Amino acid sequence: MRKLAFKDEILNRVEKPARYIGNEVNSVMKDKKEIAIRFCMCFPDVYEIGMSHLGIQILYDMFNQREDVWCERVYSPWIDAHEEMKRENIPLFALESQDPIKEFDFLGITIQYEMCYTNILQILDLSGIPLFSKEREEEPIVIGGGPCVYNPEPLADFFDLFYIGEGETVYYHLLDLYKEHKKQRGKRKDFLKKAAKIPGIYVPSFYHVSYKEDGTIQSFFPVEDGIPNMVHKELEMNLQETYYPLKPVVPFLRATQDRVVLEIQRGCIRGCRFCQAGMIYRPVRERDVNKLKEYASEMLKNTGYEEISLSSLSSSDYSHLEELVSFLIDQCKERGVNISLPSLRIDSFSLDVMSKIQDIRKSSLTFAPEAGSQRLRNVINKGLTEEEILGGASLAFKGGWNRVKLYFMLGLPTETEEDMYGIAMLSDKIARIYYETIPKEERNGKVQIVASTSFFIPKPFTPFQWAKMDTKEEFIKKARIVNHAMKEQLNRKSIKYNWHEPHVSQLEGVLARGDRRVGMAILSAYKKGSIFDAWTEHFQETNWLEAFMENHISIDFYTTRERDLDEILPWDFIDTGVTKEFLKKEWEKALKEQETPNCKERCSGCGARKFGGGVCYEN
Amino acid sequence: MKIRIKFSKYGVMKYVGHLDMMRFFQKAMRRAFIPIAYSEGFSPHQIMSFAAPLGVGMESQGEYMDIEVTSMEGMEGAIKRLQETMVEGIEIQGLKKLPESEKSAMSQVKRAAYWIGQREGTAVFQENFFSQKNLDEKLKEFYMYPGEIIVTKQTKRSEKIIDIKPMIYKMEVLKEGIYMEVAAGSTENIKPTMVLKEFCSFHHIPYEEKNIQIIRMDLYTEKDGMPISLGETGEIL
Ligand code: SF4
Repeated sequence: MRKLAFKDEILNRVEKPARYIGNEVNSVMKDKKEIAIRFCMCFPDVYEIGMSHLGIQILYDMFNQREDVWCERVYSPWIDAHEEMKRENIPLFALESQDPIKEFDFLGITIQYEMCYTNILQILDLSGIPLFSKEREEEPIVIGGGPCVYNPEPLADFFDLFYIGEGETVYYHLLDLYKEHKKQRGKRKDFLKKAAKIPGIYVPSFYHVSYKEDGTIQSFFPVEDGIPNMVHKELEMNLQETYYPLKPVVPFLRATQDRVVLEIQRGCIRGCRFCQAGMIYRPVRERDVNKLKEYASEMLKNTGYEEISLSSLSSSDYSHLEELVSFLIDQCKERGVNISLPSLRIDSFSLDVMSKIQDIRKSSLTFAPEAGSQRLRNVINKGLTEEEILGGASLAFKGGWNRVKLYFMLGLPTETEEDMYGIAMLSDKIARIYYETIPKEERNGKVQIVASTSFFIPKPFTPFQWAKMDTKEEFIKKARIVNHAMKEQLNRKSIKYNWHEPHVSQLEGVLARGDRRVGMAILSAYKKGSIFDAWTEHFQETNWLEAFMENHISIDFYTTRERDLDEILPWDFIDTGVTKEFLKKEWEKALKEQETPNCKERCSGCGARKFGGGVCYEN
Repeated sequence: MKIRIKFSKYGVMKYVGHLDMMRFFQKAMRRAFIPIAYSEGFSPHQIMSFAAPLGVGMESQGEYMDIEVTSMEGMEGAIKRLQETMVEGIEIQGLKKLPESEKSAMSQVKRAAYWIGQREGTAVFQENFFSQKNLDEKLKEFYMYPGEIIVTKQTKRSEKIIDIKPMIYKMEVLKEGIYMEVAAGSTENIKPTMVLKEFCSFHHIPYEEKNIQIIRMDLYTEKDGMPISLGETGEIL
């Protein structure tokens, strides 16, 4: 029978003990005596969040297809379990075997958002792995992956290596290399040296950074022979033939994504200038619709899920969306399965689909104009016009909908008070359309508009990577202006306005564009007890403010400072395919309020064509 | 058509709570292609109900769940198909077709049988409590006691003072532990640990709810005052 790492006493005390028992449907058990490489995959947040992540499921499946590898999983123990482990000295363990992580060959951590950085230290700490890469000897090789590694520098000291790009391509190569190394009982450093030569692999300890007096980077270069100057992102160009987890692990607990997830494409043709995902995953590669249909049926059968959802950026751009969705509607009706749609462009097609799968009275329309005026939407290259929004809304109102969600950002480059007023005015215009198009007797109550604003945080590898970010005070001021403007609108009673708290945004701003020096502040914050920073109720701003102060880190240097175009940025050594020239051109066009067409309209020569496929070759 | 499924729950699965068990079985029905019936509406749900929720941390040898199916042909080999989709710690004990007039397991439950003992390799509140020589006599003294056994029961809104004496049907020693049959279900329901606690206080033994292992042995309905296991009704599939 399964033996657990936690004894009953602890499991009876902690909230949701099922987080720590493994044993889920489709989890993979192997005989460790027959395994050459033990890999533990980690999502550094609580189980229910981590289990919702498709990327881990893909790699878990791909690794476990190899007979010589056993890939297991671990998530951040919740605070109660964390305390139990500290008190009773229980080392962090993998869910499947319940064995300590420290016994593994690899610990792979997916880094999806900046606010999980202290949780990464928690994982290392609870595992008994030295936090600093340079202090490790026999411990597992710690690898980082995921979108945040496009600027891995704040975490550079804590990782042995980073895998930059999509996991399908060179992981097997890395594992083979390790197997050979283990057989020959090679030195850790020698393995890392060989690994650093695999495309996409970045070993931070082999690079040196020096700084100018003003704090910006003077130089960044490899300190060992044969280590490449640039690290090129890895990309799977053949999505048709690659791995897809047809038997994903099904959690007992209700995960955030408690459903089959069908990834229909990678990348985005749109080129919104604030969006990192839209740049780093270029070019767009679609999956074959017939394959997707097979996957869907197979996964529903293997998991028993009652819901399926489509996943991608800008799903409306997928060329076979109609065909796929009608197929799913037919299939799902028979089996009592629900479909959850990503937010689609509002048109007659999407409204028709929505009316088939949701209760119109309970569902809402979503628009993400991101900015309140056409001018600012041109700056951010959000190709969504007021006519399109109002047209879509009017169509939907006629179809019976009366709830609208609007998403905006505050603090975008060049933003003026007029743009802020624009948010309120656009919300009001939508309300007016409702009262104009729907006669009183046909109305199903008031129109309900919820407008939300988040704060703009400049991200690496976007045209806004040089931009100034607002201070906390500016953010609050702006939110107040919008709130005030909302109150002046004719239909203010139909509009609700929400805004995010700016404290977390500020920290996210520092970590997103930080350099190696920021790492010490992450460590200090963790030592002060910060974990689960992504959870508002656990975020402790004072820990971080103190941590920055103690390590002589100026928040403004990383956030409110506009970078010079020829400054060496901490992430410049990574080649995402999209050239720095293109980003510069886009930044300049943004300031001139000029739009750039999407990849399907016309190629703008961003550089991603060199990958030899995808949308770049479809026109 | 109504089907009653009996299953056991043990090992690590005792940490999967009642609601998550329901979700687990809903998915299992789909994986095993059980022709289960769905409700109407935009998000149809399976017609399925459990006899009585089992607390987190408890094991059971007699859990019941009733489902409604749309065809009997589709039920051929169902027990095997279901068993194949289970995980370690959940075992399908049997499937029975119920008479159409049969009330749901949930409304039928009147009694539950539990076994309480010491968790292996641990110590409870009193050394050798469960293996003491005259435990049997002490148990008899307790539940044959003619007076009332008054406890205060915390409900959601208020406190209730009740006599649990008539809710205890049987108590005896079984394999280094105590076997008991007590009231269960929607009208009267007592926890086995509460009975144990009262037993200890009756004999002036200091009680602590630590390292106690509880296994639910079976669930019963009543007919003419006699207990009948929920697993007895219906034809075996
Ligand atoms: S090279 Fe052209 S088509 Fe390809 S991603 Fe870049 S802009 Fe789009």
